[in-house]
Amino acid sequence: MKSGKIVTYLLLILGSVIMLFPFIWMVSTSLKPPMDIFTLNIIPENLTFDNFIRVFEESLFLKWFLNSILVALITTISVLFFDTLVGYIIAKFSFVGRSILFILILSTLMVPTEMLIIPWYMMSSDLGWTDSYWGILFPGLMTGFGVFLMKQYMEQIPDDLLNAARIDGMNEFSIFFKIAVPQVWPAMSALGIFTFLSNWNAFLWPLIVIESPELRTLPVGLSFFSSGEAESQWHLIMTGATISVIPLIIVFIFLQRHIIKGITLTGMK
Amino acid sequence: MTNKTSTSNKQTKEQKVSLFQKIRGNHKHQQYLFVYICLLLPIIFFLGIRILPTLFTFNVGFRDWNLLSSGPHPFVGLENYVALIKDEVFIKSVVNTIVYIVFGVFGQLLFGIIVALLLHKINRFVGFFRVIYFIPYVTSIVAISWVFQWILMGNGVINDLLINLGLPPQPFLNSPDQAIYVIIGAMIWQAIGFQMVLFLAGLENIPQMLYEAADIDGATPWQKFWHVTVPLLNPTIVFSAVIGTINFIQVSFTQVMNMSVDGSGGPLNSTITVVVYIYQLAFRQFDLGLASAATVLLFLFILALTLFQMKVLTRKFDY
Repeated sequence: MKSGKIVTYLLLILGSVIMLFPFIWMVSTSLKPPMDIFTLNIIPENLTFDNFIRVFEESLFLKWFLNSILVALITTISVLFFDTLVGYIIAKFSFVGRSILFILILSTLMVPTEMLIIPWYMMSSDLGWTDSYWGILFPGLMTGFGVFLMKQYMEQIPDDLLNAARIDGMNEFSIFFKIAVPQVWPAMSALGIFTFLSNWNAFLWPLIVIESPELRTLPVGLSFFSSGEAESQWHLIMTGATISVIPLIIVFIFLQRHIIKGITLTGMK
Repeated sequence: MTNKTSTSNKQTKEQKVSLFQKIRGNHKHQQYLFVYICLLLPIIFFLGIRILPTLFTFNVGFRDWNLLSSGPHPFVGLENYVALIKDEVFIKSVVNTIVYIVFGVFGQLLFGIIVALLLHKINRFVGFFRVIYFIPYVTSIVAISWVFQWILMGNGVINDLLINLGLPPQPFLNSPDQAIYVIIGAMIWQAIGFQMVLFLAGLENIPQMLYEAADIDGATPWQKFWHVTVPLLNPTIVFSAVIGTINFIQVSFTQVMNMSVDGSGGPLNSTITVVVYIYQLAFRQFDLGLASAATVLLFLFILALTLFQMKVLTRKFDY
C-alpha cells in the first residue's frame, strides 16, 4: 500500500517534469546571451536581460500585448453583459417569438467559426472594417454557448423573487442587475474566464482581418515575429514566447480554483 | 349612514382592484418594452453575424467566386465539390485531419484518465499537481508551438539529450513521416490538463459504495476499474471525446501554422489539415468558392459528430 503511494507520486512528478520542461527551457533560453543558447545548462551561466530589452525596443511586443488585453477585455465584457441578459430574458419572460429566438441562437452553436471567416472577411472588406480593432472584435461580441449556459442558470431563480421586486417598484433593469445577476455570478465568472482565454489566444480571425503590424494581437504578432523579423534568432523568439506566456500563467495560478471549477460547471452541465 | 360607509368601502375596494390591475398592466407594458429593447442588438447580431453569413457560405460554395476577378460569380452547382474530391491535397488534408483526431483525441483521453486516476489515489498535493498539469492548457498555442520547434530542432535540446544517451538524433518536424505525430504530441501535451479536470469530476461522482460492494465480492483492482469505473465514466468519456474532436479541428490550425517547417502544413503537405487548406484556398489562392465548399463539408462533419454525441449521451446506461 505504502509503496503503491510512492509509485503514484513518482509518476506524477515525472509527468510534471514533462509538463513544465518546455516552459523552463523557454525561460532559460530567453535569459541567455545568443552565444550560449545551444548549451545545455538550465540555469544560464551568463544571465542577461538584454533579450527582453531588445525585444521591447526593436519590436512592437508592448503594443501587441496591449492590443490583446484590449480585445480580450472588451469582448469579455460584451459577452458577459449580452449573453447573461439574453439568457435571463429567454428564461424568465414570455413574449412573442421566444422559442424561435432560442432555437435560432442554439443553431449557431453547430456552425464552426471556420465556416464564417469567409463571409466575415467579405463583409468586413465591404464595410471597411478590416484592419481595425472593431474588425477583430465584432464576431465575438456575443456567443450562443454563453446564452445557452446563462439561460440554464437563470431558470433556477424563483419567479417569486423577481415578482416581489416588481411589487416593490423596482424597474426591470435594476431587477436584472441587482437580483438576477448576483444569483448566477459563479456561472458568469466561469463564462468570463473562458471568453477571455479564448480571445487572448485567438489566432485565425485576427490573422485574416489585420494587416498593419501595430494592430496585431499577441499571437499574430508573435507568429510573424518568429517567422519574419527574428527568423532563427531563437533567443529572441523564446523571449517573445516568454512575454506572451508568463503573465497568463501568473493570472491562472491566482484564479486556478475558479477556472477548474468553471470547467466542471460549464463542461458537465 | 351605514349605507354610505358600505358604498365608500366598495368604492375603495374597486379603486384598489383597478389600481392593482393598472400596476400589473403597467408592469406587463414595462416588461414588453424591456424585453424588446434588450433583444434588439442581440437579434441584429445573431442574424447578421451568425445566421446570414452561414447561409451565405452555402451560396458561395455553389459559385465560381474568385476574390481577384471582379464581375459576376456564376452558379456552378456541385462543381466546387467535385473539384475538391478530385484534389489530392484536399484528400490528404482530410486523411491528416482524421489521423489528428484519432490519435490526438485517444491520446488526450488516455493521459487525461491516467493523470486523473493517479490524482484520485493520493490525498496530499492534489491541488499542486492539478495546477501543474493544467498550466499548458491556459498558455498561448502560438508561443508553445515555437517553443516545441526550438526544443525539437536538429541541434535542439532533445536531440542533444538523445546523442548523449547514445541514440541517433531524429529529424522530428523536418521529417514527412514524423512531423504529424510530433504536432499531435504537442496538442496532447496541451490538452491533458483539461481532460484531467473533466475526469476528476467524473470520478468524484462515482459512489464509494460501489467499490465497497465490489470489494465484498472479491474484485481485483483491475476488475474494479473495468467493471465499475469505466462504465460509470462513460458519459464523461463520450463528452470529452466529442469536445476534444471539435477542439482539435479548430486548434490544429494554429498549431500547424506555427509548428510545421514551412508554416503551412509541410514538409510535403504531411501535416496539412482541412482548416489549414481552407485558409490557403481562401486567402492565398483567393478561391472563395472552393474554400466555402470545403467549409460546408467541415460543417457537415461536425454536425454528424454532434448528432452522434446527442444520441450516445441520451442513451440510458444500465448499471
